[in-house]
Amino acid sequence: MSGTFVGMPAFPEAARTAVRNPTLRGNLRHATHTIRDKRARAVAELDDWAALREAGRRIKDHTLRHLDRYLVQVEEAVTAAGGTVHWAADAEEANAIVARLVKETGEREVVKVKSMATQEIGLNEALEAEGIHAYETDLAELIVQLGKDRPSHILVPAIHRNRGEIRDIFRSEMGEWGRPAPEGLTDAPAELAEAARLHLREKFLRAKVGISGANFVVAETGTLVVVESEGNGRMCLTLPETLISVVGIEKVVPRWQDLEVFLQTLPRSSTAERMNPYTSMWTGTTDEDGPGTFHLVLLDNGRTDALADEVGRQALRCIRCSACLNVCPVYERAGGHAYGSVYPGPIGAILSPQLRGTGSEIDASLPYASSLCGACYEVCPVAIDIPEVLVHLRERVVQGGPAVRRGNRVVLRPAKGHAAERAAMRAAQWAFTHPGALRAGQRLASRTRRFHPRTLPGPGRAWSGTRDLPEVPAEPFRDWWQRTRGGKDGAE
Amino acid sequence: MRVALFLTCVNDTLYPDTGRAVVKLLTRLGVEVDFPSGQTCCGQAHYNTGYRHEAEPLARHFAEVFAEYDAVVTPSGSCGAMVRELYPRMGERARAEGRGDTLTAMLAPVVPKTYELTEFLVDVLGVTDVGAYYPHTVTYHPTCHGLRSLGLGDRPRRLLEAVKGLELLELPGAEECCGFGGTFAVKNADVSAAMGADKVRNAESTGAEVLCAADNSCLMHLGGTMARLRTGMRPVHIAEILASTEEAVTV
Repeated sequence: MSGTFVGMPAFPEAARTAVRNPTLRGNLRHATHTIRDKRARAVAELDDWAALREAGRRIKDHTLRHLDRYLVQVEEAVTAAGGTVHWAADAEEANAIVARLVKETGEREVVKVKSMATQEIGLNEALEAEGIHAYETDLAELIVQLGKDRPSHILVPAIHRNRGEIRDIFRSEMGEWGRPAPEGLTDAPAELAEAARLHLREKFLRAKVGISGANFVVAETGTLVVVESEGNGRMCLTLPETLISVVGIEKVVPRWQDLEVFLQTLPRSSTAERMNPYTSMWTGTTDEDGPGTFHLVLLDNGRTDALADEVGRQALRCIRCSACLNVCPVYERAGGHAYGSVYPGPIGAILSPQLRGTGSEIDASLPYASSLCGACYEVCPVAIDIPEVLVHLRERVVQGGPAVRRGNRVVLRPAKGHAAERAAMRAAQWAFTHPGALRAGQRLASRTRRFHPRTLPGPGRAWSGTRDLPEVPAEPFRDWWQRTRGGKDGAE
Repeated sequence: MRVALFLTCVNDTLYPDTGRAVVKLLTRLGVEVDFPSGQTCCGQAHYNTGYRHEAEPLARHFAEVFAEYDAVVTPSGSCGAMVRELYPRMGERARAEGRGDTLTAMLAPVVPKTYELTEFLVDVLGVTDVGAYYPHTVTYHPTCHGLRSLGLGDRPRRLLEAVKGLELLELPGAEECCGFGGTFAVKNADVSAAMGADKVRNAESTGAEVLCAADNSCLMHLGGTMARLRTGMRPVHIAEILASTEEAVTV
């Protein structure tokens, strides 16, 4: 995956900074609660939501099970429609392919449609290293790019910014990239949008190469689908002479009819709209209409490894709606950057450690970045049981075991730093299978209770830094039960 | 019907009052309840922290201890969900690892007969008015595993609404997690504490004297936070409210 987040600290340390930033907490709380409530209303409008969710799950599972066949079908259909298909095993290969294709056009600039896959592989940075400027045209991605920032949300990458911050970024940075912000720009949303529109219009009209991702690829016709809200995507997909789309291999659906499910569930789950404002679909190239050259880069980058994991593979059903982020109490407080990936929130916590492996400190910490409250699973429009996968990945971290890495079967070793926890878990297991030992421990705790402190030193501060310890009672329940014969002796 | 109380390791060790309340309440409703002394822990902390293999002996132990009963009642949505939702999954994983159906077969009998307390009262005993008296203002926090894994729905609320003298106040953001999350509380202490503080502030905003839930682990986290923040509110398990009567009022 992208090098953008290399060297990120583990989740708890990164989250600590965010939790103590009142502006960020305020921005995130306001934004996530607003979208969360709107989504709930949009979903409640449909009587058949549960059936749509189940249908989405099944379509995705079926496609993933037969992905080998559907991907070949995509290649044949796109080629027959005048496009060229490229296969990229990882980020490096995908970036090299795109850089080569842009250079072959002789151009030095590209306009981009908002795309998670190209963020994932760090395409902008890779193109920059080859002397090619990539301009983000989605409003939020533009804010992130101008602010030399990182995205912190899948759908609204600048969710961590408020209006005042955006005005400041536009004022100080737009001039460096093209048309400067208008004089006297305020933080009124309409003014900010107009400033972005004027700045971007120049780029749309000049660019000869567009780069996009895709929300869906229909195998039966080789049709790509992009859904968006702003119309910038439509500009990038239709105005340039060359279009290059980088698409994760899990984005395939077999038939056009399958879109009837996702074009209902995706907008309602993500922007809480009944239908998104712009849905663009294209099949290869069309004479004298739209780009004359079309390239599809099919990206693996860890997806086949995830597909090999029978619990973890459900993460590949994700349609990137962000509903899980918006409802997650941990995301709301830690913010997106703490997840050290372009995929933050609950889905990121199960996707990143599968796509990148659990070798790094941040990836090994992500499966624990959840209280397992289950709100994410409840709202997921393709029924990804995120808590189940989180627990599964926790097991991989602490116990290691069989996995597939870059297409090879490997046996992972347990991650470092869990030795004390493992010893404690084993000791507890022994006590819990020996009731006599448990009782002895409980009695010891009760008899020494006068000496128990209210707070703990060292690692215990993780609990008692913010919470009083519970008082240990004079006797455990089991002793009371035995002493009073279950209260029959009347003694309290 | 032979009914066993699975109190849970946390309640047995730290909250015996909740155990006594369940016994008192069920006895009052004509149910004779037993406390098999071999019981220990359902294994949830192990399982959810990634130690599934270490949790398996605890699950087998649970199945053995409660094998002979017709119903197992537990005053914890979280531990109830462990048995009902995750024991079958442990069996499936064992099968996927080529260990056959032994674990599934061993755990299967206890799964459908394990009930969280409010489920047992409403679904099995068919009562919502348990004859309780509790002259206090109360706000109720539906804990996550009870709410989402077990689907307790409005059962706890219906039980509380039928309590004489009790005034139930709406908790803003009720369905948001309190931030306990087992080992999450210490592994991600800062986020956990922030979630806990927000929950406590919401509870405080109701003006209620008591924050009620059906899970003492969550209440341990919230109670510890409330004490530290000096709110003056107190955490009380739902069993203790339902056990309270005009003759013997729970404080």
